[in-house]
Amino acid sequence: MQKKFGGSAIFLDRSDINTDEIIPAKYLTEVTKEALQPYILEDLKLDGFDPKGEKLKKATVVVSRENFGCGSSREHAPWVFEVNDVHTVIAESYARIFRQNMFNGGMLAIELPKADIDQLIALQEQGDVGIEVDLEGQSVIAKAGSEVKKFTFEISQFDRALVDSGGWVEFADARY
Amino acid sequence: MGKTLAEKIFDSHLRDEPFPGAKVLSLDRVLCHEITTPVAIADLVWREKDRVFDKTKLKVVIDHVTPSKDTKTATQAKILREWARRHDIPDFFDIGRNGVCHAIFPEKGYIRPGFTVIMGDSHTCTHGAFGAFAAGVGTTDLEVGILKGVCAFREPETIRINLNGTMPDGVYAKDVILHVISKLGVNGATDRIVEFRGPVVDKMSMEARMTLCNMAVEAGGTSGVCMPDMVTVDFLWKFIKDEFSTKEAAFADYSEWVSDEDAVYASTLDVDVSNLEPQVTFGFKPDCVKTVKELQGTPVDQVYIGSCTNGRLEDLRQAADVLKGKKIADSVRGIVSPATPKIFQDALEEGIIQIFMESGFCVTNPTCGACLGMSNGVLAEGEVAASTTNRNFNGRMGKGGMVHLMSPESAAATALAGVITDARTL
Ligand code: SF4
Repeated sequence: MQKKFGGSAIFLDRSDINTDEIIPAKYLTEVTKEALQPYILEDLKLDGFDPKGEKLKKATVVVSRENFGCGSSREHAPWVFEVNDVHTVIAESYARIFRQNMFNGGMLAIELPKADIDQLIALQEQGDVGIEVDLEGQSVIAKAGSEVKKFTFEISQFDRALVDSGGWVEFADARY
Repeated sequence: MGKTLAEKIFDSHLRDEPFPGAKVLSLDRVLCHEITTPVAIADLVWREKDRVFDKTKLKVVIDHVTPSKDTKTATQAKILREWARRHDIPDFFDIGRNGVCHAIFPEKGYIRPGFTVIMGDSHTCTHGAFGAFAAGVGTTDLEVGILKGVCAFREPETIRINLNGTMPDGVYAKDVILHVISKLGVNGATDRIVEFRGPVVDKMSMEARMTLCNMAVEAGGTSGVCMPDMVTVDFLWKFIKDEFSTKEAAFADYSEWVSDEDAVYASTLDVDVSNLEPQVTFGFKPDCVKTVKELQGTPVDQVYIGSCTNGRLEDLRQAADVLKGKKIADSVRGIVSPATPKIFQDALEEGIIQIFMESGFCVTNPTCGACLGMSNGVLAEGEVAASTTNRNFNGRMGKGGMVHLMSPESAAATALAGVITDARTL
C-alpha cells in the first residue's frame, strides 16, 4: 500500500545529519516502531530546532542538505519518521543505507540539487511551506504565502517500484 | 576492459535485474545481531513467514548489550535466542561464547574471498578485508535476506586508494584510515566501494586490513575491500585446509577475486604513508582529523580500547606495550573490551590482560559496550573520551559526551597522561 507523500515541511538546514541524531542508540531497545514515536530527532544539533516543538509535530516532509542519514544503519531512523507521518524526505544527497531504508519501507527519499534546496529553504520567509509530490510527473510543488515553486526530480524505476508495492518485503516476496 | 573485484562479485552473484541498474544478488552470508534483527523476526512472524532461506548461511550473535542490562535488552536477546533455536541455526553465539560481530565472524572463518555478505549493521564493510563484498543494510534488507537470501544494490563503482611508502613507527592502520577519511570526506565514497591497494596493504595483517575496511562507511562507502593474498590464505588456512591441497592452491583459487589491472575506477587516491603522524578526530564527524600532536594536552575523562575497529589481539598488544609497568592517570577511567572470547583468552595467555589490570584499566567481557553508548561505559554530559572506536558523532557514547577517535597506542598513551598524547613523546 502506498504511503502518503507531501504536506507541511520542516527545514533542517545542515549537512551530515546522522541516524544517531534522528533516533539515539538508547532507544534501539524498542522492538516496535510505534514505541519510537516520541523520540524523533531528539539529539539533533541545530540552532533554533526544538524536537518537542509544534513545527516538527505538524511536519510530514523533512527538507535537508547533504549526506542525510549518515552513520548507523538503524532502520529505526526511517521508522521514527514513518510513525510520525513523515513519509517524504527531500535532501541534496543521502547516505546509501538510509536512502535504501526509506525506499525499502515504501517511503520517498527525493534528491534535489543544492540550488533547489536553497530556493526551498528561502521559501520559509513567505510563511509555512506546503509541499505536493507528483510521483508520475516526478516533481515537487512547494507553496508558501502567494509563492509557488516547482522542482523536478528523478527516481529510478526500481525505487519507484518499491514505493508502488509498499516496500521491499512486498516486492521481493512477490518475485523471489 | 577489466573488472574490479566488486564487479566480479556482482556478476557472479547476480540473481535478477528487475530494472536497469538494480542488481539483486544472492547472498553467501546473512549476519545477525540482537539490535536490528528482532524487528525483522517480529515482522516475519506477523507476515506468517517465519522461515530462513538457509540456516547454514546465517551467523547470529548477541553482542551489542551483553550481558543484558535491563528488561528491554533482555527481551531483544530472548527474541534472537528463541529464533535461533526455533530454526536450529548452528552458528549462534550467546553469552560466554559471544563477541563483537565483525570480530567474531571473521575469526570463525565464516568470510571468504568472493563472498556476498550483509548484516543489519553499518560496519559490515569490515569483512571486505577478505576480498568479499560486505555491506551494512537496514532491517528490511536484512529481513528479505533472511527469508529469500537476496539483497538489491545499485551497480557499484570503486574508488581505488593506493597506500604507498612505509609505515613509520607508531603509525597504524587506524591512523591511515582516519587520514584517508579526512581526504575523502564523510560522503566522498557514497555508493562506492573503497578498494585499499598498494605495498602498505600487502604488508598488513588481516587485523589491520579489517581496521581499514571497517571505517570505509565513515566516508559513506558501501563496502571496503582488500585483495585476497597469502596473508588471507594464512589467516583462513585452518578453516580451508580440507578444501585445498596446498596454500598455493588456495591462493591460486582466490586470485579469481582480484581486480584486473585494467579495471576502471571512479577515482584513484594516492597516499604516501611514510611521513604520516598518529591521527585523532576532533568535533563530531569522522572526517574532522588532526595529528595527535595538534591535540596534545586535551584532557579526557575516559579511555576506551575495544570495538570492531580496534578490539583485536594486535590492538591490545600495541596498547599493552605502552602501558606495561605504568599506571594510568588518576583523572582517567580506562576500559578495555577484548572483542571476542578467543582474543580475551589469547591476551590472558600473553600477559596482556595482566598489564591492563595492573595499569588500572577495567577489563570487560567481549561486547560493543561503550562504543555506541548503550551499555557499560556511557559518558556523562560534558565528558570527553579517547576511544579506539569508529564514530565520534555528538552523543555517540552518551548524550552530551565528546569522542576523540585514535589508535590503540595513542589511546594507551592518553590514558597514562590523562590528556591526549602522542605515544612517541612518552
Ligand atoms: S563495536 Fe561499535 S561500531 Fe562495531 S558493531 Fe559494535 S556498536 Fe557497531
